[in-house]
Amino acid sequence: MITLSVRSAAFGLMLAAMPLTAQAAGERVIPPELSWSFSGPFGKFDRAQLQRGYKVYKEVCASCHSASLLKFRNLSQPGGPEFSAGQVTALAATYQVKDGPNDAGEMFERPGRAADAFPSPFPNEQAARAANGGAYPPDMSVLAKARTYERGFPRFVFDIFTQYQEQGPDYIAALLTGYKDPPPEGVTLLPGQYYNTYMPGHLIAMPNVLNDGQVEYPKGPDGQAPVPETAAQYAKDVTAFLVWSAEPHLEARKRIGLQVMIFLLIFGGLLYYTKKKVWARMPDGSPLHP
Amino acid sequence: MSGHSSYVPKTGFERWLDARLPIVRLMHDSAVSYPVPRNLNYFWTFGGILMFMLVAQIVTGIILAMHYTAHSTMAFNSVEHIMRDVNYGWLLRYLHANGASMFFVAVYVHMFRGLYYGSYKAPREVLWILGVVILLLMMATAFMGYVLPWGQMSFWGATVITSLFSALPIVGETIVTFLWGGFSVDNPTLNRFFSLHYLLPFMIFGVVILHVWALHHVGQNNPTGVEVKNVQKDTVPFTPYATVKDVFAMVCFIGLFSYFVFYQPNFLGHADNYIPANPAVTPAHIVPEWYFLPFYAILRAIPDKLGGVIAMGAAIVVLAFLPWLDSSKVRSMSYRPIARQFFWAFVVVCIGLGYLGAMPAEGGYVIASQIFTALYFGYFVALFVIGLFERPKPLPSSIADSVLGALQGGSGARMAAATAAEPNAKG
Repeated sequence: MITLSVRSAAFGLMLAAMPLTAQAAGERVIPPELSWSFSGPFGKFDRAQLQRGYKVYKEVCASCHSASLLKFRNLSQPGGPEFSAGQVTALAATYQVKDGPNDAGEMFERPGRAADAFPSPFPNEQAARAANGGAYPPDMSVLAKARTYERGFPRFVFDIFTQYQEQGPDYIAALLTGYKDPPPEGVTLLPGQYYNTYMPGHLIAMPNVLNDGQVEYPKGPDGQAPVPETAAQYAKDVTAFLVWSAEPHLEARKRIGLQVMIFLLIFGGLLYYTKKKVWARMPDGSPLHP
Repeated sequence: MSGHSSYVPKTGFERWLDARLPIVRLMHDSAVSYPVPRNLNYFWTFGGILMFMLVAQIVTGIILAMHYTAHSTMAFNSVEHIMRDVNYGWLLRYLHANGASMFFVAVYVHMFRGLYYGSYKAPREVLWILGVVILLLMMATAFMGYVLPWGQMSFWGATVITSLFSALPIVGETIVTFLWGGFSVDNPTLNRFFSLHYLLPFMIFGVVILHVWALHHVGQNNPTGVEVKNVQKDTVPFTPYATVKDVFAMVCFIGLFSYFVFYQPNFLGHADNYIPANPAVTPAHIVPEWYFLPFYAILRAIPDKLGGVIAMGAAIVVLAFLPWLDSSKVRSMSYRPIARQFFWAFVVVCIGLGYLGAMPAEGGYVIASQIFTALYFGYFVALFVIGLFERPKPLPSSIADSVLGALQGGSGARMAAATAAEPNAKG
């Protein structure tokens, strides 16, 4: 009987879930399309931006969100923030990592190494929920690819040609600065709820965490940070970091893509003229086409 | 095509082997001397493209399987391991995931070509039915492959689609338990889907061999639908003619494939599948992959669960009966003024069903799905009825005639010789 109801529920979901979505979609505010260095066929990450983004992640996000698929060594690999290997080793060593069991059968703590994964702020999902009023801060490793909004017809067709695919980062950057406090009139928030313009349904369990001047950026030669230390800039930088984290080989992909396209164009061109020559005549030499 | 083999073993070893296992002769007869109608257009290159896609999927899939872990707690992370740490793993996985989509692009073009030019008609019924079998196997393979990353859409897609079998009377519940290996989609489901996802492509390969065998026995159809009458005049040898044309078309198709792989690798997927499977949280929007959307629309158009499942199944099975549903003796729609309009309407209906499959099942969309479902099946009825009264345009007397029609003034004597060469004509 239980299985029966599970199956009925599953089938019912298929039919019932969609109207719900439509309602939720009605409440969605489309985030603005930002300009990103990694968009388009020649896109590349901005190293300095990724390094700043990592700093924001480390000092703000990482207190609640894990990024367990990332290893410290990733921070120095080509196509990423490209910290030096020495910087990464020193950074990893500032963390204590649980290892073991040792010869005595006991777990022990040791300084982190470049090969270690980013340590998670909570030991498990239950602990994370307990510390966050019941809400689970999602793992950030592939978050930038796991968030989107409906583009709708005909925009999704144009996206094939414009290569627009930054729904995820646009949404995340907008969400991080999309808080309204106090909320619009008529919206009642329960304890632990916040109002965000871009969250589907507008109610979010994450508070506004980015404030102007909160994270200190590395200074340029003139003693000034090269970009403003504002919440909007933090949001953009950390979002770029999340895109790299979700797609660490993005640069290699686009670079190889260009090589593949050039090869196919030349190879295809040669084949086209070969084909034309072969198809000019029948085996007996008579013309194949009028 | 059956008949005389033009293979001549050149070396002593070839003669020795040919007397014991004429495998080189087989290859020569099917890929070198095999006669191909001279008037084939580029829609006939999709068979070769599909063969390439099948091999590409098998090769990338085998390598991915070396790095993938089919366990509900590890599958998601093992896919991310492939994306991050395996050398060119991101490339292999994007090739494989987008390759599935490209496989369906090619197979749908291949099928519509068959529908337009009447490639399902005698003597090609078995060839066509084998194609329908391949389509069914492809759908099963693609569905199970989408489950393997064990993301939210994997899990919930698997739950919704396997639950459909529970609509069958008496045996339904047992079948679903059997598919799941338990009482919900869980680790046993993932394990058996991985096993079957690895097995089915080789079954596809087997049926493809039968499909190609049948093709080479009856010979290719062509845009006129007129059978080959004179091999010398109407056909060219497969190599170099078809070979170079197929490879050129393949390179163009690989260009499209590469565009998605390198520039839009997630365009054809769902963002929700980058969230690990969670049985406690249902995604707001459960949608199958784009290539299933027309059938999904038919499923949801019928208000009754069992009825929907039957309609969806019938939408594919009806294709197998097409050779006997189409009552016209004329193959090519180029010579069928009425049926041709119905064909293009059918194309629009299929695309429309795809659109409706992606829309919410409510209000006007449901009514539209019901109308389009009726139109989908109506096409097959229409083909039967139209064939009874339609007056086809005059057919060319031969393939050579249709190609060289414009040359008739200059080389009338040769044309006359071509039509007179009846003794060479086949069936």
